[in-house]
Order: sequence, then structure tokens, then C-alpha cells
Amino acid sequence: MGEFKVHRVRFFDYIPSGIRALAFNRDTERMAVARIDGSVEVFHCSDRFFQEKIIPGREQCGTEGLSWVGERLFSAGLNGGITEYDLTNQKVKYTIDAYGGPIWTITGNQQGTHLAVGCEDGTVKLFEVNEDKIQFERNLDRQKSRIISLSWHPSGSKIAAGMIDMIQIFNVETGHSIHRMLADRGVGTSQSKECVVWGVVYLSDGTIISGDSVGMVKLWDDQTGTLIKSHNVTKCDVLALSVSQNEDSLVAGTSEGTVVQFQFVSVVLGKDDKEWVRTRTFKNHTHDIRAVEEITTAVVSGGMDAQLVVRPLLDKIEVRSAASALRKIHFPHRRLVSCARKSGLMLFQYPGHLELWRLGESEGKGLPGSSLFVKRNPEKLLHLKVKGEDHIHCSAVSPCGEWIVYSTASSLRLYRLHCDNNNISITKISKLPKVLSSANQLCFSSDSSHLISASTQSSVHLVSLSQAGCKFVGTLKPKSGSHQAIHLLATSEDGKWLASASSDHDVHIYNLQTRKAHCTVPVYSSAVTAMGIHPTTNCLFMMYADQQMCEYSIEQKQYTDWSRTVQRKGLHRLWLERDTPCLNVMFNPQNPSHVILHDTYMICIIDQSLPLPDDKTQFYNQLTLKSLPEEQRKSHSHAFKLCKNFKDILCVELMSDQSLVVVERPLEDVAAQLPAPIKQKKFAT
Amino acid sequence: MAALYEGYTLCGVGAVQNSSNIGILGVEQGRDIDHVLVTDSSRCITIYKVSDQRATGSWSVKQGQIISCPAVFNTQSQEYVVVTDDKVVRVWKEDDVNLEKAFKATVSADVLRVLSATDSEPVVLFCCGAVRFLDLLLASPQQPIEHVLAEDEIIRWSTIVKAEHQLVILFSTEQRGEHCLYVQRFNPNTLVKHRFETEPCLSAPISFSATCRGSNIHLLYLYLNGSVYESVLPLRSSSTGAEGVLALSRSLCLSLPLGEEKLMSGAVVVLDEAHVAVVGFPHPSAGACKDYLCIWNTHFQTLQACKEMAGRIYSQLWCYSGKLYIPHGKMLSVIPFECQKSSLAAALGKLKQTSQSAESKSCSFVSSWTAQTYSDVTQTTEIKSRMATRNNSNVKSVDQLIEHIKTSAVEDVQAEVGEFIRRTPQADLQLAVGRVALELVSRSQTDANFYPQCVFLQLLETRYLCYSVCPELLSLAMVKKDLHLCQIAFQIFSDIPEAVTCAYLKTILSTSDSEMETVNLDTDSVMFMKELTRAQSRSDEEGGQLNGFCSPALESDVSDTLSNKLQRDPLALDMSCPVGLHKGALLNEVLQTAYSDRPLLPHLKDLTVPQVIVFLQYLRFLYFKYCHDAHKQIRALRTPSISQIIDWVCLLLDAHFTVLAVAPEAKRLISDLHKFVRSQVKLYAELGKIEGSLQVLNSKRSEDFGMYAIQVIELF
Repeated sequence: MGEFKVHRVRFFDYIPSGIRALAFNRDTERMAVARIDGSVEVFHCSDRFFQEKIIPGREQCGTEGLSWVGERLFSAGLNGGITEYDLTNQKVKYTIDAYGGPIWTITGNQQGTHLAVGCEDGTVKLFEVNEDKIQFERNLDRQKSRIISLSWHPSGSKIAAGMIDMIQIFNVETGHSIHRMLADRGVGTSQSKECVVWGVVYLSDGTIISGDSVGMVKLWDDQTGTLIKSHNVTKCDVLALSVSQNEDSLVAGTSEGTVVQFQFVSVVLGKDDKEWVRTRTFKNHTHDIRAVEEITTAVVSGGMDAQLVVRPLLDKIEVRSAASALRKIHFPHRRLVSCARKSGLMLFQYPGHLELWRLGESEGKGLPGSSLFVKRNPEKLLHLKVKGEDHIHCSAVSPCGEWIVYSTASSLRLYRLHCDNNNISITKISKLPKVLSSANQLCFSSDSSHLISASTQSSVHLVSLSQAGCKFVGTLKPKSGSHQAIHLLATSEDGKWLASASSDHDVHIYNLQTRKAHCTVPVYSSAVTAMGIHPTTNCLFMMYADQQMCEYSIEQKQYTDWSRTVQRKGLHRLWLERDTPCLNVMFNPQNPSHVILHDTYMICIIDQSLPLPDDKTQFYNQLTLKSLPEEQRKSHSHAFKLCKNFKDILCVELMSDQSLVVVERPLEDVAAQLPAPIKQKKFAT
Repeated sequence: MAALYEGYTLCGVGAVQNSSNIGILGVEQGRDIDHVLVTDSSRCITIYKVSDQRATGSWSVKQGQIISCPAVFNTQSQEYVVVTDDKVVRVWKEDDVNLEKAFKATVSADVLRVLSATDSEPVVLFCCGAVRFLDLLLASPQQPIEHVLAEDEIIRWSTIVKAEHQLVILFSTEQRGEHCLYVQRFNPNTLVKHRFETEPCLSAPISFSATCRGSNIHLLYLYLNGSVYESVLPLRSSSTGAEGVLALSRSLCLSLPLGEEKLMSGAVVVLDEAHVAVVGFPHPSAGACKDYLCIWNTHFQTLQACKEMAGRIYSQLWCYSGKLYIPHGKMLSVIPFECQKSSLAAALGKLKQTSQSAESKSCSFVSSWTAQTYSDVTQTTEIKSRMATRNNSNVKSVDQLIEHIKTSAVEDVQAEVGEFIRRTPQADLQLAVGRVALELVSRSQTDANFYPQCVFLQLLETRYLCYSVCPELLSLAMVKKDLHLCQIAFQIFSDIPEAVTCAYLKTILSTSDSEMETVNLDTDSVMFMKELTRAQSRSDEEGGQLNGFCSPALESDVSDTLSNKLQRDPLALDMSCPVGLHKGALLNEVLQTAYSDRPLLPHLKDLTVPQVIVFLQYLRFLYFKYCHDAHKQIRALRTPSISQIIDWVCLLLDAHFTVLAVAPEAKRLISDLHKFVRSQVKLYAELGKIEGSLQVLNSKRSEDFGMYAIQVIELF
């Protein structure tokens, strides 16, 4: 079928940022994740945990807490501000200062009327949530030490606050403290160390559960202010607590990387006397767990090791499926690498800078499986630092390698690259059209003559590029529907078509020549994770988060026959069970029937001329085919050709010289750059 | 595996006339495990420190008084208790000199025995079956004692068992030929009566032994017909005795072989859960003499150890803390023993063997039980039925054959047995071969001219024989100096005791090489020896052609001996085989025999110094040879492995360490061995260092290409 020369790249030093806070919205089934670099991501829990939205962070942000109020998302951080996010356009809506010093925690009541924040100065501040803003209401009684954690009673009348060495219960009406409960310090040498109550949970029956730096999970009674029971969970800190919706299960994340589950069960079978009993321990993290959430069927945890772990609770799952498997999300579901296909350049997007590399060159030919001699090593051409505090949202390099563009939340910058012999220089294009103030997604047309920028309200701006500079050409808007931000753009090879996919699953197709909306692809229930327009047939090939695939003929405005066949016959079980989304769709100009896809663990070439596999055929058949003689291969092969030689793939791109660029980021390398975890005594060490 | 060690005499026993076993009334545990209390039937009670074999105290009663039960030691009050003249209980302390001055109390009924268990109050058992705690009895000695047993019911045997703070008294009675067992439990006091199952041919149990394991009492009892039965009684019982007489369920756990002589008495004592010691029964292969102390494994019904006792045995046997106390002749002997945890392998011959010889052993007697597959069975039954119809008359039955063996000439026997082996179905053969072999051996032992070597070889080749089936075969072969038979037997048997292995080793080493060369041996083993010695002469010739490598450690250490031969290849072994080919072949067989080192060591000490040195020289030769010619594989079915050789060197050095340290002729040998071992240790230490790096190289090789590579992949 074919040989490929593969540039195997491992010098993209991408380090995912640690997870600081989680907030789960039960109504929309969205999980919001705040990272240490200040970025906020929204995952769709019932759509295979696809990362729908990314709001980039900024320097010195220090997000400490996240809270949903209805469908609005708020965060607060050590910079003392409360931020509301514009989830439609994926940016910060506004930030107001709480005037209480660094904020350690933020939580909204169940009624959706108020937000409470815990401040460094010892105050709990209540904010009223208005139609379009939040309004400071009042302070509760000021305490002597900082407020580390907060939890509303479900009725909204009381608040429990975790502090240093104690827990306070406040009456929200009066603002006065009802009870003060002292958390014991550890014994022995840790006696002198203060006990930090990292997490509190206020249950509707009046039980308050706290997790503290001594390693205890304690249960308190809010009527009497007394300790009911305490569980020693770890020798280190209990950093995060979360209770299930019906308050029968509690999870605690520790700094050892374990999640400990407690369940509210009757100790004697058939009796009603229920007790909180420690039941399970999960260990999926290597570092501190900073946030944990129990969602309907799983425990989601995140921490310093930057991975989001979805651990299914098998007792709550009725049908075991790919959707209910253990899932670890290491990398963003967006492309951080863009390649200049025609000039062999790669642009790496880091939060605060961009790197431009030129691929190396090889000499001679090699047998399959061998490494070629590298005649010229890859070369770093450019290191472009971002101006300002905002982190990069998106970036792109033009196919010819002449243009580089990136956008932050506040600005968009376009550069022209001059490359004569070994002298590299760039010039910033000034006087950009006003519409290009910021972008959610950027791409160039295949002949590098136009820059396409996805902007607010699902609109797409078209800018023509020339030696002289750039000129605004026009704005494309969808005819109807919602106006969620666009996260994917694809142009056709002939420069006629543009496809845009937004986070509410809309895919619009525009005719770039007429600058009109052409059509809309029927909406599918799952999000589009990657798409591409076929260079010869002009069919739009789309990959969805649930691993389905569709091919839509733009000219005929309907699904192609092949796509219908795929839908009718269904995809192979092993294909559907993969747990990372496909992140790129490429086409091989030399062989029009080939579609190249990749996810984190594999590269797949779909040969549309070959029969589709059914569940009885061997899916991973490359080794079998390799062992067969040439003439028998045909009869054994099917449409899906998977290459599993690579892992931890961030990006795959097919260059115009038919070689593949595979950017890997081995997890071991990431782990090596993380801070050392808490030292734990292992057996025989 | 169990073993009886060399015993020693504790004291003399004044035999009393017209009595079968009343030399010693009893041996009881003293104040610690090293002290025993011996009550003899005259008038004397003596305390012995067992490890010193000396008496530490002795008391006797006045003339005219009779000690009526064995004295016991009350561990709670540190006092001794004895009953004289059936009714007088005497209690005294260690430092009381005169028994007459000690405390005594007369009770109202005849006392049968005082029973004492560690850390509990002694219990007084009256002849009428009643029991009292000693302290309660002495508080009011004249208290009335009830009659538990019928008028003519006599207690034959009694014991006390203590476990989990529960005391249980067991005693068996006889009443008009009917035998019963009573179980007296305390707290609450219950007495349960059991009836022994009786069969017409069985009389009464002649010896009992009770132990407590888990929450059950295991009672073993021996009948005169050699059957040892076991009954299990619960330690705590819910029955109150009101149910009347219960039948005692039992299971046969051992069937001892009987000699021709009619037995009158015998004794059994439980050693652990798998082993019992028996006296008064004949050794299965030692003929009529019954003065043997044997340890049997009840799990596998195998004889584990035996010892011939000089003089008459009184059918008395006690066991305290790893030592058996047995009166015989005019003395009381102490025989230490050891029972190891038994497994089938240990019970039948340990099979420590590894390496290539395992497969050749797999078809030995033991595994043949399981190796008989379904097809085998059908085949044999087919053959059987065919034979039954065709030549029923031609094949002699085993009994006929055995009768024939007793009288016929060697040639006839050979023909008969050959025919028998050919014609008998496999399953039957398995059972018959042992009997035939036993009969042949016993004829050979009595008739000096009768020694059918070919028949024995035929029997061995069936592979249904093993050492346990016919233990005398090997010793007979050794007596007859039939080394070929011995060699085949060593190849086939997997259960040869260490003592026999050593005896065989001794025989080989004491036979001269010239005598040995005439013996016809298994060709494969001789071929191996030829190869081994030829390899040496060849490497002498080709010495110069090997590459220049030379082990530096070896060179520096042996340079003084090699300096005059520096032109030669340093690797070439400057050594000739210290024994002849045939002797080497036989020694190889010994090296490959399975053994356990602890039982082997004492027997190994029997070798004389020259024998040890020759053997060690041969082992050194083999060891050097193996190390030098490691690259050469000599094709042979059975070769000793290098670990076997090293194990034997270690054993030999352990067994004769002091002798070898002082013997001048051994000095050179030992220092050579030492140098070589040291160089080997150095070599392996160095190899160990590079192992880690090699491992890392091996694991990393595939994946590590650094930050960038251009590779070619192919998809099909």
C-alpha cells in the first residue's frame, strides 16, 4: 500500500499546566477545569469528555476556585479578582476586584442567587448574581485567619468555612458565626504545624465534612458543633472534597495522588442507620490532587500532574461501553502545532511564545522500519515571545511558510517571514484591519493568499495577504442558528470553499468566491474534532468526538455514498472504543481514495476503495498483512490501516513531499519535568 | 522424612520375673523438657537430666510398700506426686530427702493413676473410674468416691490430653471381653462412653496414643494384627454422656506387616501428624526378628526410619520433646528423632534432582500410578481379556511364580520371570514385581549360590521397582559386588535412603580401579567418561590453537605451578582423571542421586580419609573440566550437572572439614580448589557488574532515538 518517510519530532517541549480547580454543571453535563496557568477549559462529560472550549490564561492570574451559577461560570484567584467568562465567545467577560486580598475559594449557592468568596483578610464576601454582572452585597463576620474553603448549606441559609485550625459556620441572614469547630493539629512533630482545612462540604442533613492538612476527613454536626467521626485518610494532606448529588457518596483527593471514596451506607443490612464508611481508594495520579468532582457515573480528578482522570464508578454504570472506561486526558483536544506543508516548517504554540522550526533532511533510502541518516538536523528558526500578559489562543503558519499569525484574548499579530539563505528576519504587519482584533481560530488558504480568522458570533473574517500588507476582504456569517465560537476551520485546495465548525456542533460551509454561506451540514449530536476538504472531490470529511466519521459532498450538499455506507454498516468496535479524539484529517494527493487521520495513539489511513471491516474481521491487521505474500494481502485488507508505531502524538501532518511529520510528546518526558511528588516510602527502599 | 539418631542409655532396668513389661512403671516429663521422671516397678523414683544422662534425684519407698502408679510432676506447685499402696498419695518437693517425711494422705478408694499435664492441676483417676483434681482430693482425702464403672470393668489404659486450657482424660476399659473408651471432660464435667468397633478376629487394642491437633483429639490404637486405627474425638463435646454408649468411628491409618511369629505385644506412639513410632512389630524386610523401633509415615504408609534394639523389647514406648524412651534388654534408651514435614517427594526419596535426569526419572514407580492414561487402561484390559481366553494356563499366577522361585534353579527362574514379565498385563505387573523381587532377594540371601542378576535387571527394567518396595535388593547387590545392578538401580530408583547412597559410595571408592575395569557397565555412562577424558587429551594437543585469552585471576594465582609450562595454552587443563573410567561412571551415578543434605551428612562421615580425598579429587576434576570445557557439550543421556558437583563438594567439605584441615595430603587439593573457586567468584562478580548495563542496553535499544529521527514506515 505504501511507504512513508516520517519525521519523528520530539523536541516540542510542551508541558501541560497543572489542574487547580474543577466545577461540574449537572444540568449541562459540562466540567469546567481551571489550570494553574489561568486557563479554563470546558469538557462535555456526555460527549466522550471532548474539550469543547478553551479560554486561555494569562500571567499572574492564580486561579484558585471555579463555580457555576446556572450556565454562567465564575472564577476567583489570588489576584483578588472575580472573573466571569463569556463561554459563547470563549473569553473573559469581566473581572471585578473583591477588595479582600487574595481569594482562596469561590462557591455559588444552589439557588443561583449568590456567590460567596473566601478572602485572605478573613472575610467571607457575598455577591449577588445579577442578570449581566455580579454585585457585592455584604461581608460575613470577619475572622482572624484566611478563609481557605467554603460550602453553602443546600438551603442557602448557612455557610461553612474552612480556615486554619478551625471551621466556622455562618448564618447567612445575620452574618454571624453560629459555631466554631476546632480541627486538631497532628500529633508529634507536626503539632507545631497549623492544620489547614483545605475543603469543606455542607450536607443537607446538617453534617459538615472537612478535609485537612493533617490527613483527616472529619464529620461534624452543625447543630452542636461537635465532631461526629474522623477518618485518617493519609499521612499528607487531604486537598479536595466533593459529594455526589444525592449525598450518598463523598470523594477526597489527597496529596499522595489517591482519591478515597466514602459512602453513606447502612452498616447493618436492612437497617436505616446509615454511616459514612470508607469504601474505595483510587490511585491514578502521581502528584497532588488539587481538585476532585463526583459526577453522575464517575469520579473526575485533576492535580499537579496535569492530567484529568475520569474514573468510572462501576456500580453506577448500567452498560459497560467505551464511554464508561477509565479515561486520562493528557493533551488538549486542539492542535498546538501547525505546519507549512510546502516549505517544511513547523510552528509550535506554547502559552507564552511561539517556536518556528525547520525540519531536517535525510539522505538515501531505507527499508521500512529503519531510520534514515539525518543529513541536516532540524533547526530552530524563530522564538517569538508574546507581548502582554495574555496567553496565546491560536496560531498558524501559512502553507508557503511566509506568514505567521497568532492571537491572544486581546490582540492578533501577523508577521511576515523573510528567509534568504540562512538569514531569517520577520516583520510585523502593522495596520491590521480592525476586525482582526482577536480570533478564536486562524487559518490560511492553501495558496497562502488569504488569512481566515474566526471571530465572535461565529463570524469569519477574510483578509487578503500580499507583499504590501493585508486587506480586509469581507465577513462571512452563518445564516441562522446560535453563535458559539468556531473552533475548527478548513479550506479547500482550490480556494473555493471554507468550512467552519463551532462548539455547538454546527458546521457551516461558505463559498469564498461569492463570499456567501453555501450550506450547513446536518447537525450531529457529537462535536466535530477534526475536518478537512478533499482536494479533488471537494467533499468535507469530518471526525466526531464519538469516533464516528462523515463525508459530506459540498457541491451536492449531501452525504456521500461512502459516508452512508459507513453509517449503515457501522464502524468496528475497536475503532469506536478508542478514547482520544481524532485531531487532524489529511488527504494524500497522489491517492485520492486515502484519508489520513490521527489521534494520540495512532495514525490511520482509510482507503475508501477497500471494503469496510465488520466486527468479525481482525481490525489491527498490519502484522498479519506484513506476514502474508503480496498477492494474498488484497483479500485480507480492509479500509482501516492503523499504524501504532507512535504514541503520545500531538500532531501529524502530511507535507507536500509526501513525508509525514509526527510530533510526539512522550509522557515520560513530561513527567520528568514535573516537580517531584511527595516522597512515599516504597517497599524495600 | 523422619530419622532416628544414635541413642544412648539413660539407666538400667531391673527386670522383674514373671512379668511381661513391668520393668518400668512409667516415664513422665519432669520440670522441664530436659528432665524425665522414671518410676521403676521396684520401689524407686528417679529424676534424670536427659542431656547429661545422669540422675539428679532419687527417692524410694520403704520395704513393704509398693509404688502403684508412675510418679508425676505437678508443674503448678513444683511438687512430685506418687501413689503408694494404691491409696496413699504422697507429695514432695525436689529438696525433700526422705519420702517418708513428705506429705501423705490416704484416700478412700484405690487410685489407678495420677495424671498430670503442663500448667494444670494433676488429676487423680480412681480404679472405679472416678476422677478428682488433686488439690480438691487432698483438701478432704476421705471424701467418698463414686463408682463409675461396673463391678468387673477394669481400666486398661489411661491418658490425659490438654489443649486450649481444656483437660480431657481418656481411659479404656475391659469388661468381659468388651472394650470401651471413656472420655472425661471438665467444665462441665461430662463422661462419654464409646464402644470400640470389634471384629471377630480382633481382640483388644494393645496400645494407645492420643494427641491433640486443632480442636480434636486424635487417638491412635494398635491391634495385634498390625492395624493402626485412628479415631477423632472433639475436644469439646456437646454430649453429656446421657446418650448412653456411643460407637467410636475409626479409620485405618496404617497396616503394619506381620512376621511369621505370633505377636504378643507392641506399642505405638504418635510423633506428629504424619509419623508414628512402633515397637514390637517386625521390620518388613528384616525377617522374623521383631526387636525393631520403626518410624512409619501414616500418610504414605512408608517406613521412614528404623533401628534394631538389642535385647528384649517390653512393648513400652514414651515420647517427650523429640526423644523416644524405650526400655529394652536391661536398659532404658533415649533415642532422639526428627520428623520433617512430609511431602510425597520427601516420603519417597526427596527428588531434589533437577536438570536433564528428571525426564529419565519420570517413569519411576511413583509416577506410574498417574502416568497410566485412559488408553493404557483400555489397552491393558484388552490384553488381559485376550490372555484370559488364549493362554490362561501358560502364565503362572504370582503365587505360583513365588513358590517356584523358592525352589528352582537360577536358569529356570530367569526364564519363568522373563515369561511372567512379558505376559502379565501392566497393571498387574506393577503389583507383582515387588513381591517377586522380595522373594528373589530373600532366596538369594539364604542361598549363597543363588543370585539371578539377569532377573533383577529384568525386574528393574520394568521400572515398577523402587527402593521402598524391595530395600534389600541394593544391599544384596552391594554384598555381591554387583556394581552393574547397583548402577542401574541408582539410575531408576528415586527413593534411595542417604545411608544406602553412602554405603554404595564407600563400596565404589574402596574397590580398586583394576577390579572395576572388568565390570560391565551401562555404556552411555562409560561413553560420557571417555568423552570427558578424551576432551582433555585433545585439548592438550590443540592447545596452541586457541585464542590468547587467559583468565588473569587464574593466571596470577596458578602462575607458580604453570610458570615452567608457559608455552602451553593456559586454558588447557593440566590434570588427568584421578579415577578410572568405570569408577568415574559409577561416581557420576551417585552424584545424580536425589538426596537431602541433612540426613546425608552423618553418613558421609563414615568415609575414610583416603576415600574422601580420592572422591574430592574426582569432584575437583569434574568441576574444573566443566568450567574449562563449558563450551563443549558432551552428548550423553545422564550427566551430573555442575550444581550437583558443587553441592557434593560442599557436602564433602562439610562432613570432613576437620580431617581435611589437618591431613597433609589434602592440603594441595584444598588450596587448588580454593584458588579456582576464588577466581570463579571474581569472574562472576565481574559478570554481575556488566549484567545491569547489558539489561539496560537490551531494553532501550528499540525506542531511543533522541529528539529527532527520520524513519520509514510501511503500511499494508
